[in-house]
Amino acid sequence: MILKINNLHAGIGEKTILKGINLEVRTGEVHAIMGPNGSGKSTLASVLAGRETVTVTEGEIFYNGKNLLEMSPEERSKEGLFLGFQYPIEIPGVSMVAFMKAAVNEHRKYRGLEPLSASDFLKLMREKKELVGIDSKLANRSVNEGFSGGEKKKNEIFQMAMLEPKLSILDETDSGLDIDALRIVANGVNKLKRPDSSSIVITHYQRLLDYIVPDIVHVLYDGRIVKTSGKELALELEEKGYNWIQKEVNQN
Amino acid sequence: MNGQVGIVDRYLDLFDKNIGKIMDSSSPYINSLREPAYQTFRRMGIPDKKNENYKFADLALFFDFDYKTRLVPGKSDIEEAKNFQCGVADLETQGMILVNGYYPYADKLKQLPDGVWTGSFREASSQFGSLFEEHYGKYANTESDGLVHLNTAMATDGIFTYVPDGTVCEKPIQIVNIVQSDEDIFNQHRNLIVLGKNVQMTMIICDHTLSPRKFLTNAVTEVVVGENSIFNIIRVQNEHNYSGKITHTFINQEKNSFASSNNIILHGGLVWNNTYHYLVGEGAEAKSNGLYLIDKFQHVGNYVSIDHFVPNCTSNQLFKGVIDEMATGVFNGRIYVHPDAQKTAAFQRNNNILLTDDAKVFTKPHLEIYADDVKCSHGATVGQPDNDIMFYLRSRGIDQREAKLMLMFGFAHEVIQEIGVKALRERLDDLVMQRLRGELSRCANCVVKCY
Amino acid sequence: MEDNQDKLLNEVTSGDYKYGFYTDIDSEQAPKGLNEDIIRLISSKKEEPEWLLEFRLNAFRYWRTQKMPGWANLKIPDINFQDIIYYSAPKQKSKSNGSDDIDPELKKTFDKLGIPLEEQKHLSGVAVDAVMDSVSVKTTFKETLAEVGVIFCSFSEAVKEYPDLVKRYLGSVVPYRDNYFAALNSAVFSDGSFCYIPKGVRCPMELSTYFRINAANTGQFERTLLVADEESYVSYLEGCTAPIRDENQLHAAIVEIVAEKNAEVKYSTVQNWYPGDKNGNGGIFNFVTKRGMCKGENSKISWTQVETGSAITWKYPSCVLKGDNSVGEFFSVAVTNNYQQADTGTKMIHLGKNTKSTVVSKGISAGHSQNSYRGLVRMSRNAAGARNFSQCDSLLLGDKCGAHTFPYIETDNKTAIVEHEATTSKIGEDQIFYCNQRGINTDDAIGLIVNGYAREIINKLPMEFAVEAQKLLQISLEGSVG
Repeated sequence: MILKINNLHAGIGEKTILKGINLEVRTGEVHAIMGPNGSGKSTLASVLAGRETVTVTEGEIFYNGKNLLEMSPEERSKEGLFLGFQYPIEIPGVSMVAFMKAAVNEHRKYRGLEPLSASDFLKLMREKKELVGIDSKLANRSVNEGFSGGEKKKNEIFQMAMLEPKLSILDETDSGLDIDALRIVANGVNKLKRPDSSSIVITHYQRLLDYIVPDIVHVLYDGRIVKTSGKELALELEEKGYNWIQKEVNQN
Repeated sequence: MNGQVGIVDRYLDLFDKNIGKIMDSSSPYINSLREPAYQTFRRMGIPDKKNENYKFADLALFFDFDYKTRLVPGKSDIEEAKNFQCGVADLETQGMILVNGYYPYADKLKQLPDGVWTGSFREASSQFGSLFEEHYGKYANTESDGLVHLNTAMATDGIFTYVPDGTVCEKPIQIVNIVQSDEDIFNQHRNLIVLGKNVQMTMIICDHTLSPRKFLTNAVTEVVVGENSIFNIIRVQNEHNYSGKITHTFINQEKNSFASSNNIILHGGLVWNNTYHYLVGEGAEAKSNGLYLIDKFQHVGNYVSIDHFVPNCTSNQLFKGVIDEMATGVFNGRIYVHPDAQKTAAFQRNNNILLTDDAKVFTKPHLEIYADDVKCSHGATVGQPDNDIMFYLRSRGIDQREAKLMLMFGFAHEVIQEIGVKALRERLDDLVMQRLRGELSRCANCVVKCY
Repeated sequence: MEDNQDKLLNEVTSGDYKYGFYTDIDSEQAPKGLNEDIIRLISSKKEEPEWLLEFRLNAFRYWRTQKMPGWANLKIPDINFQDIIYYSAPKQKSKSNGSDDIDPELKKTFDKLGIPLEEQKHLSGVAVDAVMDSVSVKTTFKETLAEVGVIFCSFSEAVKEYPDLVKRYLGSVVPYRDNYFAALNSAVFSDGSFCYIPKGVRCPMELSTYFRINAANTGQFERTLLVADEESYVSYLEGCTAPIRDENQLHAAIVEIVAEKNAEVKYSTVQNWYPGDKNGNGGIFNFVTKRGMCKGENSKISWTQVETGSAITWKYPSCVLKGDNSVGEFFSVAVTNNYQQADTGTKMIHLGKNTKSTVVSKGISAGHSQNSYRGLVRMSRNAAGARNFSQCDSLLLGDKCGAHTFPYIETDNKTAIVEHEATTSKIGEDQIFYCNQRGINTDDAIGLIVNGYAREIINKLPMEFAVEAQKLLQISLEGSVG
């Protein structure tokens, strides 16, 4: 079991957004979390990555058996948790190389490894760039600065490749992507999949799931997971929209 | 003693000679502030170039002169002033005049149909004693400007306005400041404007001179803008070239209030406007705008200071100048973000166009920031209309002269469009266009033949 | 033994300032205090000609009539100018006549500072003039430079060897009446570097001066004079450190640069004087007048500075753009932390036609520090077609510090164009979080972000300095965000 969420309540300021989430992710699984806008998908991703603007009021999260809520964001990262941001931030003046080098070496230090030499690091960058198929020019620029929406998302997948996470959470990674970019992102994710890694793919639309096949699909609605099923659920949602789920919930 | 030694004695003398009359015509509370203010003025003096607020001002040109001072103007001067007609067509206002700083109507204090009290400052200081004790002299109390204290020491009259809670004033209140005298005179007047909560009010102040003597005016206006209130002050200055005018406007803004100050300088020998916005209640917003279109030897400055005392306030400064012939334009803008005034957003911009080699501009937009969660920026430019835009316009068939006019008009209009009173806005646009085209003789509306 | 002591000293003080050690070396010192006798003493120690003594005395007499300037946004404690030693020269034990060998103790000091004084130890061609307290200890590569006609030596030596050049240019850019500290320096300056690049010569290596304050209770008053004759080029670097001490020490220097027709001078500074401890005790008071004169057509002077040290910094490296088409540049990163105060910026005085200047200033404030940019751009009446662009950004780390911007723009020519922009913001919590999420701790994240923010400036530095400057930025800000 890589992730176990028990009865998670969380919110921003006075507003409660997550109202009792329960979720279990096993090693090797791909989970999709779907849901209408405002259902709490990104808040859940933020809680998992440790964003301080979100306050957890109740519940617990275990990551590889450890209490995730006690860990700092960087500790979570070094423990192998990766968040692909919905809106990757721009960091002017900081080159991708400097940024990733710092990140990779922090991860290595955590695992008791020597830092990579400059040439080994650049070699790694090159390999991963090819693997995820991003333009090598992007890596010479400042982090996300002046990147298009698609480039920013591809850059997230590239970073994921560099850091080889155990659990990757991709928050609306498909939003703002054209179909080619979507394919590149999805291929990247699929190539990076290892037997010992798990993923949570958060999305509003089914189309990403044409390329990334989930083992389990959850529907998040009003801060709760209201339905859990196999990948066929995604197709059903695509066909019928979210209204029937809302009706079902309201009836109960 | 700091400041301009020697010159200051003239004004200390004026005080000593007139203090008897001054005290006789004022309320005890106002009189109680005179002596301390006199001492402060004595200590600080007339600002010289070492004073950052007046760094580029040559005050001596107007202050080093032997003026008369009269508490009450002569009858004929009042009659002459009352004949003055505002040149703005269709401008519907609640109008009144001040003659040499004196409120000339028999009815010293009146209540308008919408409940607003307005009238003589002198009269109101007795009738609205508690309001005066609460506000008078509380904001006009800067440590950096001796002239404010000179005003507190000597001013006896001016305009008082009180807008009770919840009042929405349909018409702007218009004050026409007229200076009219056969002598060279030094005027000081004092305005107190108090807005309660949930009030909306616009005030237009027009400055005119009617007789060809040398004048110097030192005016202080204190404004209190209560919670959730909206206040606009628009100052249109059109005095002759022998006239010096120093204004000090202090606007104290409470929670969620909005206040805009707009200084449109069309004419004047020396014009120096000091505008202060004190943001003391959270959620307050200040806008301070100015336009100066100047020529001859005119010397014009705007000092703007916005103090963010509390969190979550916003301020904007936009000042633009077109400087022609041998004129000098100055912008000195300050944003001060006090410790703990987090979530401040403050912006400041000053743009200038110089039209001749003899024109000068000095600009100093500065930021002093003692809180970290802020978004502040400023920008200043001095130059000519942008070449790329000029080329674009011309490539569409507009000739160079017209293209330049168009850009300069657009340049000035950016300030004028902020004025909420339509009739005034249109009139000012018109004046600016005529002025830029050279169609308006500079003193078209002026009875004084300066040159 | 000494190394251990240093380590201990470092640990018990701040642990952050790497250069805070003290070299125990005998020095020859003038008595405390400032008067005409002291000035005569300094002058005679240096065996100076009469005209130079006159220059010093005139400066001193002028200084006595002046008051400490109060216009900067700084809280400067009263300085007792009579409580300072104005001349302190380390005694070099083994210095035999005519030999260039220097005292091993001094050599060790500069080795420790990363400034090897043996030429063969240098990786890249950088010539160094090493100044400790009041005297120049050693100038390297003098012979190599002499081959192409470049004069690079200590100021004292220049006075003896090249009196005409010194006489011609000394005080020509910064007259002693310029300001309070310029007058003080002109009266008591002890040593510094002199450099002359002859006509048409591109200086084959970087020149540098390393300033070290060592002795207690002394002030350092060095003077640098750099002349680039027609069609020449030089890149010049300057570094500074001082021991950790509880009391403040005064540093008041003058740098004068003259660039003749078509000459280019690049002047880079990494200023890392001891900044005082976390509570604001001790540190250097750094009052420096630096000015370059673009005298000839098409000349160019470029200032780059990384300011991380000093308790108080008062410094405005400036350019007087006299030659038509001349160019002035100012690139600055100023970091203040703890209780440091900095009031720094530039003056660009445009006199000639089509002169151009660029100002890029990045201020970073942390702790309880105050960081001000103060700049003047003046377009004088004859500066037709002149251009200036200024960009001044401030970054705030924490809510106890301040960031201030005071630009002055004075324009007297209708064809001149001046543009000034400035922004102030706090360090992005989102950026830090993003880095945290990638496993980078907050201190390192700040280091990364600040280095990115300052990169534009750091890139202007010669490579060796750029690396040093990056490290400095990171160290200066450690623990600044809790």
